[in-house]
Amino acid sequence: MKALLAIIHRDLLLVMRRKSEVLTALFFFVVVTSLFPLGIGADAALLRKIAPGVLWVAALLSTLLGLHRMFAADYQDGSLEQLVLSPQPLALLVTGKIIAHWIVCGLPLVLLAPIIGIQFDLDAGSLYVLMGTLLLGTPVLSLLGSIGAALTLGVRGGSVLLSLLILPLFIPVLIFGAGAVYAHSVGLDTSGHFSLLGALLILALAFVPWVSTAAVKIAIE
Amino acid sequence: MLEARALACVRGERRLFEGLNLTVSSGECLHVRGENGVGKTSLLRLLTGLSKPETGEILWGGLSINKDVSTFHRELLFLGHRDALKEDLTALENLQLYAALDDVHLPDEKALSALWRFGLRGREHLPVSCLSAGQKRRVLMARMLTRQAKLWILDEPFNALDVHAVQALQDLIAEHVEFGGLVVLTSHQEVTLPNVRVLDL
Repeated sequence: MKALLAIIHRDLLLVMRRKSEVLTALFFFVVVTSLFPLGIGADAALLRKIAPGVLWVAALLSTLLGLHRMFAADYQDGSLEQLVLSPQPLALLVTGKIIAHWIVCGLPLVLLAPIIGIQFDLDAGSLYVLMGTLLLGTPVLSLLGSIGAALTLGVRGGSVLLSLLILPLFIPVLIFGAGAVYAHSVGLDTSGHFSLLGALLILALAFVPWVSTAAVKIAIE
Repeated sequence: MLEARALACVRGERRLFEGLNLTVSSGECLHVRGENGVGKTSLLRLLTGLSKPETGEILWGGLSINKDVSTFHRELLFLGHRDALKEDLTALENLQLYAALDDVHLPDEKALSALWRFGLRGREHLPVSCLSAGQKRRVLMARMLTRQAKLWILDEPFNALDVHAVQALQDLIAEHVEFGGLVVLTSHQEVTLPNVRVLDL
């Protein structure tokens, strides 16, 4: 447990020392989502309709921007070898890195979403649903993304390959995440969507750390 | 005791070595020598368990290193040719974070005195990116001192060090060996260490 906190602390400290990389992803999210209302114009009904899809797609893409950093820096300077050789189980350390990635790249999206949502004329209820789905969905994005980040370690042009590998895996999260907001706006029950997102999160939490750990070990060898 | 039996290492198409046996017991130092590309680093990585041998096995205290990985890692310190320091963090933070990950209790005074011993007084709060290559190696020497590992596996530890630092590192290794530690190192320089055996690949 101490090691888990130590690795999260370490990764957050590193992010604080080099803020630009993280801020880029956040600005990307804000800018992309702001372009739609500007481009489409003041058609409030249309904006409300496309809001869930736009916000979710922007969230996927901005998560993707920060993904390759998850292991690449540690791989290049040799720290990843030291993590593998630490007495702590590697899966624990990998989980810590995923959590740190979510705190930096996922959590801010959850907090920013309601402000962005106002641009799309979403009502308070839809904003809550949007935040809820992002809160459940973004950890899944970080988890699934870690597999791609670990598999593309040391590969030239890895970040393009990473997008191709990982984006298809994000589709279920996109469908249920955006679907919940849409369902709420037309007055349908959203509990099904939330249950499915929760199930995806639990499944990913249970299996992904092991898969990413195996991929890191392969990359080190 | 570290023991390797009938090790063979294959890199791509090339067979680097095979049938390699070695033992290093407590209080001994093994100096691995050989030309560039002969497989020194590969051998060291095999001994740490980072890569798996084609054939053969590696034993630590009579047990295969893959059996009780956590115990083996607790007693192992591996320093590769990359320094594994975080450039954006200070020397002190690097030491402390590694201590936390390695599950070693390291009070601030101990970390600071380790850094001071290797001539980093006044530089402990500078980001590592501001340090020279030799100073980074000195931070690693401070890590060796504070890590409390029994087995040190060092890949080219004398690189980038000035004359004084080479002497300081030799003293550090000699001290470790004297207290019953084990050291496996590669170096192209002649090293003057007690209880040193040479393995020519």
